[in-house]
Amino acid sequence: MNNLSKRSYIVAAVFAVVGLIYAIDLFRLQVLDSDYKQYATNNVLREVVQYPARGLVYDRDGELLVYNKTAYDLMITPREVEQFDTLLLCNLLDITRPDLEEGIAKAKKYSRYKPSVLIKQISPENFALLQEQLYKFKGFHSQTRTLREYTHPVAAHVLGYVGEVNANDIKRDTYYKSGDYIGQSGVERTYEKQLRGVKGVKKYMVDVHNRIQGSYLNGGEDKPAEIGKNLVSTIDIDLQLYAEELFQNKKGAVVAIEPKTGEILAMLSAPTYDPGLLVGRVRGKNFSHLQNDTLMPLFDRSLQARYPPGSTFKPFNILIGLQEGAINTSTHIVCNGPLSSPIKCTHNHVTPTSVIDAVRESCNPFLWNTFRNTINKYPTTAEGFHVWSEYVKRFGLGQKVSAEFYNENSGLRPTVEYYNRVHKGDWWRALTVRSLAIGQGEMGTTPLQMANLAAILANRGYYYQPHIIKEVENDTVRSSFSVKHETGIEDQYFDPVYEGMRQVTIARLNRSVPGISYCGKTGTIENNQGIDHGAYMAFAPEDDPKIALCVYVEHSKWGASYAAPIASLLIEKYLNDSIADNRLRYEKQMMEAVLTDPHNPELAN
Amino acid sequence: MPRRNNILANIDWLTVGLYILMLFLGWFNIYAALYSDEHQSIFDITQQYGKQLMWIGAASVLALVIMLLEVNFYVFFSYIIYGVLMLLLLLVPFIGKEINGARSWFQLGPVTFQPSEFAKFATALALARYMSTHGFKLQTTKSLLTIAAIIFAPVVLILLQNDTGSALVYFSFVLVLYREGLSGVVLFFGTLVAILFVLALVLTNLTLALIMVGVALLMFLVFNPKLKQFFNVAIIYGLSIGFFILLNFVINTSYELAQFILAGAVVGSIIVLYQSVRNKFSNYTKIAIVFIGSILFTISVDYGFENFLEPHHQVRINELLGIESNPQGAGYHVNQSKIAIGSGGMWGKGYLEGTQTKFDFVPEQSTDFIFCTVGEEWGFAGTLTIILLFMTLFIRLIWLAERQRSTFSRIYGYSVAVILFFHFMVNIGMTIGMMPVIGIPLPFFSYGGSSLWSFTILLFIFIRLDASRLEKLSD
Repeated sequence: MNNLSKRSYIVAAVFAVVGLIYAIDLFRLQVLDSDYKQYATNNVLREVVQYPARGLVYDRDGELLVYNKTAYDLMITPREVEQFDTLLLCNLLDITRPDLEEGIAKAKKYSRYKPSVLIKQISPENFALLQEQLYKFKGFHSQTRTLREYTHPVAAHVLGYVGEVNANDIKRDTYYKSGDYIGQSGVERTYEKQLRGVKGVKKYMVDVHNRIQGSYLNGGEDKPAEIGKNLVSTIDIDLQLYAEELFQNKKGAVVAIEPKTGEILAMLSAPTYDPGLLVGRVRGKNFSHLQNDTLMPLFDRSLQARYPPGSTFKPFNILIGLQEGAINTSTHIVCNGPLSSPIKCTHNHVTPTSVIDAVRESCNPFLWNTFRNTINKYPTTAEGFHVWSEYVKRFGLGQKVSAEFYNENSGLRPTVEYYNRVHKGDWWRALTVRSLAIGQGEMGTTPLQMANLAAILANRGYYYQPHIIKEVENDTVRSSFSVKHETGIEDQYFDPVYEGMRQVTIARLNRSVPGISYCGKTGTIENNQGIDHGAYMAFAPEDDPKIALCVYVEHSKWGASYAAPIASLLIEKYLNDSIADNRLRYEKQMMEAVLTDPHNPELAN
Repeated sequence: MPRRNNILANIDWLTVGLYILMLFLGWFNIYAALYSDEHQSIFDITQQYGKQLMWIGAASVLALVIMLLEVNFYVFFSYIIYGVLMLLLLLVPFIGKEINGARSWFQLGPVTFQPSEFAKFATALALARYMSTHGFKLQTTKSLLTIAAIIFAPVVLILLQNDTGSALVYFSFVLVLYREGLSGVVLFFGTLVAILFVLALVLTNLTLALIMVGVALLMFLVFNPKLKQFFNVAIIYGLSIGFFILLNFVINTSYELAQFILAGAVVGSIIVLYQSVRNKFSNYTKIAIVFIGSILFTISVDYGFENFLEPHHQVRINELLGIESNPQGAGYHVNQSKIAIGSGGMWGKGYLEGTQTKFDFVPEQSTDFIFCTVGEEWGFAGTLTIILLFMTLFIRLIWLAERQRSTFSRIYGYSVAVILFFHFMVNIGMTIGMMPVIGIPLPFFSYGGSSLWSFTILLFIFIRLDASRLEKLSD
């Protein structure tokens, strides 16, 4: 047996070899291979995004305009879902059974293990009902989101709306993940980076059933969400509200600017809509409803509509003429009324016409002479026209005048090159482009540009970039807001223009503001698809302008009929805080007018 | 009775110490595996860790009783104990209680116990008793058949209960038989069969055929260092296989190239065998027989695998060998187990800090997968400690067995060592993906009264025998 007892070594060796193999494999598994640590972390780690509240928006006096309300997303983790009462859930969510099943199928397709959104943006009222019953639905939980809420149903175009990101947004900026919100238009879009804040993350540990078991590393890797920055806008909410009230049942635009700063006091495109319509679950439905509206409420006329400036541009041609020495304060030009050539005058007025008369009466022959003299002062038409065109450029035409509106139309400013191209050569003369003398032809301005022109008049020759946000919390506004833009027209030339425009404002009671001497200019924009549009440009008070504005009322026939009274009411409201008793009837008249029909029989004749 | 008084002094306290240490390490890890905030006390008897302490208490009583019994009791009653347990195994499918799909439990009031656990020490006793009979000779047919009967009776009865894991444990007795004189060829063949089984499943027939031919030639070279003969054999194989490959291209059949090569190898082997017989039974014969046997076995593995194994066994083996991989399905247990152990690192995540363990990613973590908790919370330092503890125990047991004067004690001692070793090898191998998932516990660590008591009885009978090693046993 002695021989056999040596076999004990073989048996011991078998044991030792297995022990050694295991020890080596464990060393490889535990010490050398670091992948398993990652797998273990992946098993337990659930990152829950903390959505910051968007920044608030205030009006110029600190009145809250845009804030947030809480909404709830119903989340589903398909793997955890057990048998549940589908009918009850459908009733609580106010959806149909096929909707629910489709949503669940979509979530399953995304992931069986990860939660995804089943129903978005449930209002707190509905959620309260749901939450009481939520324990009955295993695998469902809620996620808190914030939605925009508005103190007043106004300034929809300016403030803009927030919507879900699309594939392009995600590609452009990795900050965004599917389902995130992003400012889609207006201030929400322009100030997206400031308003959105910074998303945070909370890391949790979950067990094998995906139930949260506590914070990961005691919250050591958590990052709290940073709340979005608050904005102070330049909007005067009272003025904005009043403008929207006056513009009910009308099409058109209002832009009012504080001339000394370029701050936009009110900005309106009519018809407008309640910005609250584009929030929450109803957004999609309302959006397509608005999109299909023939009055085009989504179209922002204040920034995108390009009207020929018409008579409202005449003071500027006169200013160019005065600055260039083409005319002076003693210039008088004979007006033959309808018989005038090459441009007839439709207004019946004194003749010969002085600068003041020409501004007041909007005299076409005077403007034609001014324009021709300006251009012909130079050796060639091209040189003269170039000088004129550069003035127009400095007036802010043919370029985006603001920096905050992505959808702003740059308007139209004719150049030498343009006419050389159109006329295939430089044979054209001032006569060829004579329409420009009276603000017609190849010129186009948006209401914002027109308001800026009013501000240039009010400032006697310069402007600051019109802007809508004056303060960003813990941050600075764009430096371009404080750059002074000179137009090259000297102060002294404004006196006769002011006088002419002041006389415009006292012509009728429905446009004169009690106690305020101000300047205005009407305009009529030809419209071959219906009744002409009326325009009015003004600034007030004359001696120390605090507001410069333009008002466009589509299908109102003349600038004098609706645009001028509305502008005067806005000035009166802004400067006097209230409307004088003897003008209340005009206010009523303006508010009650319905001008949405381009062929309104009352005005057609 | 002075001998009685010597028992205390003769007890191998190292083994007892290792046993107690492992028991308490196991208990702490069961606590860690199942710890919950609602049940923070390790003594909470509504929880498994509280219960385990009760089982440990009961086990110490059991150990004490075993130590107090007269040593000859185990010799005398070995067949009776074996017989009773075989009877219980026979009855359990009929009157047992079904738990987890296996009807292998008896319920006596509040206590359930699993006879298959206790059959291990009974079989060890019976085997020791039979092999220590006066004038016993292993190499006779009668002896081998009796031994086979003693071992396979519980295997068959346990297989009837659908408890494959527990049945496999009994194959570890082959090491005991080897120590007692069974030819090393049996071990060699056992290993060969295991290797071929794995290779047959993992490799394609062609690769396997080429490897086998290569290995056969290598073995031939080792046993017959004469180059001339080696070349002869190589030429025979070459011609034979070449002929069949040629045949494959000439005649168009539905058989694969590998099958032709195999056929060529078989024919080649027959020729080599014939030559060997002519050369008066040299080593050619053995090699050729092994070789042909291997080929036939290989061919039958695929067939047997498809036809005799149950689908869930097939999946587990395929997962183990990496033929299929489905970490969410059949491979889930092992994958999560490896993640738990692998994420432990060098020093572990700390006691009660294992996320895989705490958050239930590892299934069966207090019983079959208790090693994961050690690996995750104590790291490589912990797992190496456990392996070293077991190694110390196994070597100590072999050493103790070798110092026995009585054959009965020695054989029983070896049985204890190999049974514990088999559990150790399969259980830990399973948690690190080196063994198929066979549900057998890690001795002294896994939760469970039956297994704890059965290992206690198994070990302490030997400690009792060892304590009386100076006495003359009545065999």
